[in-house]
Amino acid sequence: MTVVAERNIVVAGPTTVVIKSWKIPIILGAFALLALVLFVILGRNGTTTFILAEPTDFLQVAPIGIPVRASGIVATVLLAAFAVLGAWFVRSRGRVPLWIDILFGFVFLVEFLTWAAAPASVQVPGMLLQTIALSVPLIFGALGGVISERVGVVNIAIEGQLLAGAFVSAMIASITHQPLLGLIGAMVAGVLVSFILAAFSIKYLVDQVIVGVVINVFIVGLTNFLYSTVLSESPELLNSPPRFEAIDIPVLSQIPVIGPTFFRQSLIVYLVYVAVPLVWFGLFHTRWGLRLRAVGEHPQAADTVGINVTRTRFWNVSLAGAIAGLGGAFFTLGSVGAFSREMTGGQGYIALAAVIFGRWDPIRATVAALLFGFANELQYVLQDTSPIPSEFMLMLPYVVTILAVAGLVGQVRGPAASGKPYIKS
Amino acid sequence: MSDQIPGSGQPQEDLEVSQVPPAARAPEPSVATTVLRQIVTGNALISLLAVLLALIVGAILIVAVDPVVQQTAGYFFSRPSDMLQAMWNAASGAYSSLFQGAIYNFGAADFASGIRPLTLTLTFATPLIVAGLGVALSFRVGLFNIGGQAQILTGAVCAGYVGFAFDLPPVIHLIAAIVAGVVGGALVGALVGVLKARTGAHEVIVTIMLNYIVLYLLRFLLRTPGALQAPGGNNPKTPPMKSTAIYPLLLGPNYTLHLGFIVSILATIVVWYLLNRSNLGFQFRAVGENPNAARVAGINVKNIYVWALAISAGLVGLAGVAQVLGTVTSGFGESIDAGVGFDAITVALLGRSRPWGVFAAGLLFGALKAGGFAMQANNSVPIDIILVVQSLIVLFIAAPPLVRAIFRLPQPPGSRKLRTPRPSSKKVVVTR
Amino acid sequence: MKLELRGITKRFGALIANDHIDLVVEPGEIHCLLGENGAGKSTLMNVLYGLYQADDGEILIDDVEQHFAGPGDAMKAGIGMVHQHFMLIPVFTVAENVMLGHEETKFGGRLDLAGARAKVREISERFGFSVDPDALVEDLPVGVQQRVEIIKALSRDAKVLVFDEPTAVLTPQETDELIVIMKQLRDAGTSIVFITHKLREVREVADRITIIRLGKVVGEAEPTATNAELASLMVGRAVDLTVDKGPEKPGAEALVVSNLSVIDARNQLVVNAVSFEVRAGEILAIAGVQGNGQTELTEALLGLQHRVTGEITLDGKSIRNRSVREVLDAGVGFIPEDRQEDGLVAEFTIAENLMLDRSTGAPFIRGGALQRGFIAEFAEKKIGEFDIRAQGIDTLVGKLSGGNQQKVVLARELSRDLRLFVAAQPTRGLDVGSIEFVHTRIVQTRDSGIPVIVVSTELDEVVALADRIAVMYRGGIVGIVPGDTPRETLGLMMAGEVPAGETSQGGAAA
Repeated sequence: MTVVAERNIVVAGPTTVVIKSWKIPIILGAFALLALVLFVILGRNGTTTFILAEPTDFLQVAPIGIPVRASGIVATVLLAAFAVLGAWFVRSRGRVPLWIDILFGFVFLVEFLTWAAAPASVQVPGMLLQTIALSVPLIFGALGGVISERVGVVNIAIEGQLLAGAFVSAMIASITHQPLLGLIGAMVAGVLVSFILAAFSIKYLVDQVIVGVVINVFIVGLTNFLYSTVLSESPELLNSPPRFEAIDIPVLSQIPVIGPTFFRQSLIVYLVYVAVPLVWFGLFHTRWGLRLRAVGEHPQAADTVGINVTRTRFWNVSLAGAIAGLGGAFFTLGSVGAFSREMTGGQGYIALAAVIFGRWDPIRATVAALLFGFANELQYVLQDTSPIPSEFMLMLPYVVTILAVAGLVGQVRGPAASGKPYIKS
Repeated sequence: MSDQIPGSGQPQEDLEVSQVPPAARAPEPSVATTVLRQIVTGNALISLLAVLLALIVGAILIVAVDPVVQQTAGYFFSRPSDMLQAMWNAASGAYSSLFQGAIYNFGAADFASGIRPLTLTLTFATPLIVAGLGVALSFRVGLFNIGGQAQILTGAVCAGYVGFAFDLPPVIHLIAAIVAGVVGGALVGALVGVLKARTGAHEVIVTIMLNYIVLYLLRFLLRTPGALQAPGGNNPKTPPMKSTAIYPLLLGPNYTLHLGFIVSILATIVVWYLLNRSNLGFQFRAVGENPNAARVAGINVKNIYVWALAISAGLVGLAGVAQVLGTVTSGFGESIDAGVGFDAITVALLGRSRPWGVFAAGLLFGALKAGGFAMQANNSVPIDIILVVQSLIVLFIAAPPLVRAIFRLPQPPGSRKLRTPRPSSKKVVVTR
Repeated sequence: MKLELRGITKRFGALIANDHIDLVVEPGEIHCLLGENGAGKSTLMNVLYGLYQADDGEILIDDVEQHFAGPGDAMKAGIGMVHQHFMLIPVFTVAENVMLGHEETKFGGRLDLAGARAKVREISERFGFSVDPDALVEDLPVGVQQRVEIIKALSRDAKVLVFDEPTAVLTPQETDELIVIMKQLRDAGTSIVFITHKLREVREVADRITIIRLGKVVGEAEPTATNAELASLMVGRAVDLTVDKGPEKPGAEALVVSNLSVIDARNQLVVNAVSFEVRAGEILAIAGVQGNGQTELTEALLGLQHRVTGEITLDGKSIRNRSVREVLDAGVGFIPEDRQEDGLVAEFTIAENLMLDRSTGAPFIRGGALQRGFIAEFAEKKIGEFDIRAQGIDTLVGKLSGGNQQKVVLARELSRDLRLFVAAQPTRGLDVGSIEFVHTRIVQTRDSGIPVIVVSTELDEVVALADRIAVMYRGGIVGIVPGDTPRETLGLMMAGEVPAGETSQGGAAA
């Protein structure tokens, strides 16, 4: 039997079939429809005033008044146009460019604010300042979550780490009158919680989700117990921590809107500015990050090139705990000023949501945390005017996360070995 | 790429061979030999030691915060016996209250009031057992139902609404309320199941998020007149249940024990039958142990996920029913779940996801709860210590090597194996 | 560099995977380690590579004793390994994979990716690989991934390179290229340990051959030894590599597949417009290198794939896009290629596994309840009939040996009323005795008039069983040829070359 000398090139890759995804245009269309219902059909009258500067600011910016009904119509038309444009992009290029999503989101948010706050005024700098404040624990928690999950350990225990951080920082700062020492204490507390997570999930191979959930129950029980037996016995000695004062950064703090939002904050907030880029750089551009991600994606492969999987996981989960602990300190040293029972109130789970919504990327997770913080802040801003009950605003992060994991908002693909224990002979 | 661990082929198989002595799989073991076997192979012993360890840690905490102990510690070196005495008093006092609050009050005048703590334990155990059964069922199918809170709240709301808003004849009213609660919970579970089956959304994330969504929804409904809020009231609380809808008290008005406990026994039997004797249970277990093989064997894994989560959540919803129709019949607020949602996870784990194991674990945690209140009242030890003990029990049980190491028991050969109910190291079934 | 293993012993519980193994690899030689599946070759190499700790024995390099606590130590000592399952991180680039574990950094701890790229290019050029350092590994074909593994080892200046079953995933042509590379490396002074169970490759490349059986060294052989000599050493007795099989008596066309295409979850067109038919009473073997669409093809037949176009009919009725349940009820028996993952529930008893795909109705289920009496009776019968060696019907399947596990699958599938039997890699990882048993059963099934499809990547198995052979390459069927087609032709077909007289189907050779 002879053979036709028609050889293939062996190295060519397999054929990829491009499947057009209409998901995004459909979602955009749905939101445009929602806009039509809310802003036009249920449209409200009056003018919403956006106050962009505080009276004490060096540079004054005039408030902007937006007529609610007219802007609602304009926004709806714009949103519909974006949805159509998105559909056109899918038809012609197969996917929707990111800038359409971003513009769409911005227009929707601004108009929603205009509509919901009507006919009052919105203090934009104050709102943004509060957004940052509400986001700080979420961001730290999410950074901890990103590191932990990237190294292959599911971190449900963020909630416990935040709570432990809040408790210990309050106590130490109260005793020493040093918020800085409280901050360090919070980190140590977070690390200790991580030790439990690491010991049980890495050494004893207990399912990571189980350990996480149980740790959260444990920390709630422990802090409640110690709070009612120790802290509440002598609150002035043990539970009246000095708070971090806001520090104005010269010049930068004078920029309209941005200045008061970002540069009149306390030390913990400035730590966020350092931590986020540092974690991002570390994860993607250093040896530490490369190894960490390798362990989370394919631990055996990491093992075969001489990386100690167990040790890498252990120490990075501890680091994640330290960072999440910082977030806990913000509750007591940054905002509230004293520890109270279960004061983190599920923020750890929102941080987890931010990790997933941010697709295990520190920058995206931070953006997600800011969005969730903003949603949280809206319920205060819109308390008196909004036709939407505050409970529904509070629900938003959770709903959005379910939509995200259900694949409605892009593909979610986590680290391959996350949640899987590494068993070596 | 394959996710196999190095050497996961032949050698490991044999590794598992050596784990359980061959006699352990004798055909048709009777109940007695099963119990005996578990003691011999260490599971029951480990559970016992885990409880003991957790109680010891609890005692250390109680002793550490005790004011008398702290006071006597000041002059420990001059009179150490004072401090040791104080430590003993603190710990033994607390645990004596715990026992007397949970089982039998020796200080009571007669048997009828002395035994009241035990009935209280059974009352507390009722929602724990049914919710624990629900969570255990999800574990057996390889799923993680962390959404107990949402499902209890939904069950409570549905049963409660039927209970206070409708006028129905006695027995029918109760049945209607129970069904409403179970169906309400089941729908929440089915939603999770459908999301998982159709989109691959991880049930852990979805159930956690649903806990908060349902909580906020309930909060909204409770403060909205015309929804759940009691008419004329300002508190976020529902009206009381109609007398036709509540679980009858089993031992008369002097005891809190209600029909819900009987329901929980029935539920245990039903779940046992479902898992071990029915074809649905066979498919549940097959999917739980190896979803890929189940799928290849023609079992519709997606449908199983939906059904399993629905049944699991329905059982958890039954715990909500017990709460509003049995334990708190005077109307409820947003904390009606009483933490049972998370307790159920620990109950299921302690019971090793076996129906009767869950029943026993539910009784134990019910006893801890009942005793915890007595401890709080008599010894000013906050009830929160129970949470600590409970979570420690579960942690220790999940890590037998740790318990063995602490008690210097010999480690069985080849103990490096996953002991969790989840097939987490296996491939994910493609559900698209 | 001279490598010496002395008295290496490694136990897993009661099992002795390596029993006092001695092995000397001289500098610049290719040393073949030949043995059956499960003979302990991979365990030995994992000990050498520091992944396992030996219970006894020592490792010497240039007569100096070594202590490897982990792979890092082994690599420092100059040992490199190309693993059977590639140890590459799919979402990393080639350069990142190569640098992982010995990363160079620049100012501020920044990874020196440029340096890693240059290194990949330099080694690629030296050996004539064409590997793009910035490509994501998951996008590369397996042959290229293997080269990345080799580059990874070479970038650490490995003096001893261990290849663990490297040809399992390669076409015969790629295998030839690999052999050239190995010889090139040897000539450059690298010592090579080549683990395999394929006799042809051994004789082609080895300078020396050590044969391992049941964890022990059973002999050494010269490359000039015959296949039969090597095989009998490997198995421990004279083996008859052929299957006792009479001529087929093909009946009517039973399964007709036309223009079948499958798109997988990653949007790859993995099966591309294949057409073939199987007659009652014949064995159609589907040959091909692993990963050329065979897995997805069988999954499509079973209803396990969801984006399937084209048509599949069994006895005239369409079974395309039916649920697995419906396909099984139509009379399709199936042995999945990964029995532990897809064929069995390890934590279930033998009895339970024997009814695994019949959990919906009579006779195992009545009124929604398990018929425990019948289940037990059935299991007892099958244990005898298929010679399943176990303590009893309640033994957990996970505790059985691979051969007995496969017998459970066989017993389950063959005890149904079959209209078609599909066996995917039915003897993968089995010992010779079990292979013979499985092959006999498959031929018996054919002889009872049932159409059979055997999917196998082992050319020996294909040749032994097939009445006709369909060769798959990159999702298409290159050609369907008679069962007595010479191996050389099959080998070329497995690389995508179309034999004369055959029309190319689909995109295979387009």
